[in-house]
Amino acid sequence: MLELKAASRHFGGVRAVDGLDFRVSEGEIVGLIGPNGSGKSTAVNLVAGLFPLTSGRIVFRNQDLEKLPTHKRLQLGIARTFQNIRLFSQLSVWQNLWVAQNSPEDRARRGFFARWLGGQKGVRREIAELLEFSGLAAKQDELAANLAFGEQRRLELARALATRPKLLLLDEPAAGMNSEEIGQLRNRILQLRSRGITIVLVEHVMELVMGVTERIAVLNFGQKIAEGTPAQVQADPLVRKAYLGGA
Amino acid sequence: MLRVRDLVTAYGKIEALKGVSLEVAQGSITCLLGPNGAGKTTLMMTVAGLLKPRSGSIRFLDQDIASLPPHAIVSRGIALVPENRLVFPGMSVLENLRAGAYQRRDAFDEDIDRVFTRFPRLKERSAQLAGTLSGGEQQMLAVARALMSRPKLLLMDEPSLGLAPLVVEEIFRIIAELHREGSTIFLVEQNAHMALRVAHHFYLMEQGRVTFSGDPGSLAEDELIRRAYLGSTRS
Repeated sequence: MLELKAASRHFGGVRAVDGLDFRVSEGEIVGLIGPNGSGKSTAVNLVAGLFPLTSGRIVFRNQDLEKLPTHKRLQLGIARTFQNIRLFSQLSVWQNLWVAQNSPEDRARRGFFARWLGGQKGVRREIAELLEFSGLAAKQDELAANLAFGEQRRLELARALATRPKLLLLDEPAAGMNSEEIGQLRNRILQLRSRGITIVLVEHVMELVMGVTERIAVLNFGQKIAEGTPAQVQADPLVRKAYLGGA
Repeated sequence: MLRVRDLVTAYGKIEALKGVSLEVAQGSITCLLGPNGAGKTTLMMTVAGLLKPRSGSIRFLDQDIASLPPHAIVSRGIALVPENRLVFPGMSVLENLRAGAYQRRDAFDEDIDRVFTRFPRLKERSAQLAGTLSGGEQQMLAVARALMSRPKLLLMDEPSLGLAPLVVEEIFRIIAELHREGSTIFLVEQNAHMALRVAHHFYLMEQGRVTFSGDPGSLAEDELIRRAYLGSTRS
């Protein structure tokens, strides 16, 4: 579904992502882990189109993404959440979802009459379902800025879902969550997969990564140093030394 | 050392703290657990003077500090390591450290040397802009910046947030080290496994209230807490 071929992104002399080969198949949940500053978020930003590749290629469903701006990629079905939360902080929870759901791309795709006939009722029902799914129904009228950190993360996920993605890039969704909340997030991720959404998970919370992914790629200094099942990666001496510790 | 009584803090109509009472003993590491939205960060910010409580009292070394502005609270000996680190991204590492000592009138060059000895990575990067540091380095800088005020009480709001497992180990090693050297630490942490290794006393907050208080032993015995915070293995 997604393939990065020798993808590189350099910032001046810094090789944030350096010749990365990385494939994701339809329906997979793939983990991307590695030390702080190893290039994980840069890789996500490259796929989402925040900045161009220095070299290499990214292909999504047989389409080269190179020339496509962020909103076109969203239209193709690539959505993401942000490590440093970027909600519309002065809009309510409900409005944050409405904006995402009501994007110009979506209007173009479904056409005015389809939306008009479906009416605002359909939109409202969809948002209500997302609020329920994210456990935010009770907070729908609060300003995003007033939510606790973990709630903002849930809203980021809901907002990404409101764009009806096929590929979901999650950048540290479990940061600041306790075990119980991580368990809930795990269930949400599994539910999304069963609805046919493919997921790339960037995360430091091993409790989540090891419990939900089928395959994990490990980055260090912008390069892939290991790839395999959670068990294989956990046993890899290189990964233990660079990242996991406790060897 | 720190005594909070019936503290109420509100954002507009919404009370985030609904009468919180707790204590942090001198020389202890006290850890505050709780789900997202429980009010942990609100409590930290209220103690640091960044939010004004609606009612209740905060006493530090037997003086009321609830009505003081943040800088006066720093001068009394409380420093906050904020959630998400919040280093000054456009300032160098060294400038961030100087900012931490802003309230001091004495010479603090020696303290900068001491901080650099403790965090050698910061010394290597002293001229680099803080915004270009990795997450782990920014967390070290946030701790170092707080230490520059020579606090008697260090408030740490989720220091392990978003950090690689190896770096989390390092942060907790530093917390234990600071404690050995005489610091009192009040810690908000979701990683209860790590907190259990260092903390002496635990509080649990839920929906703006303290619902549990006890030592590590009684925490591990409490079935509900075990499930929520120690659920499965976590490195």
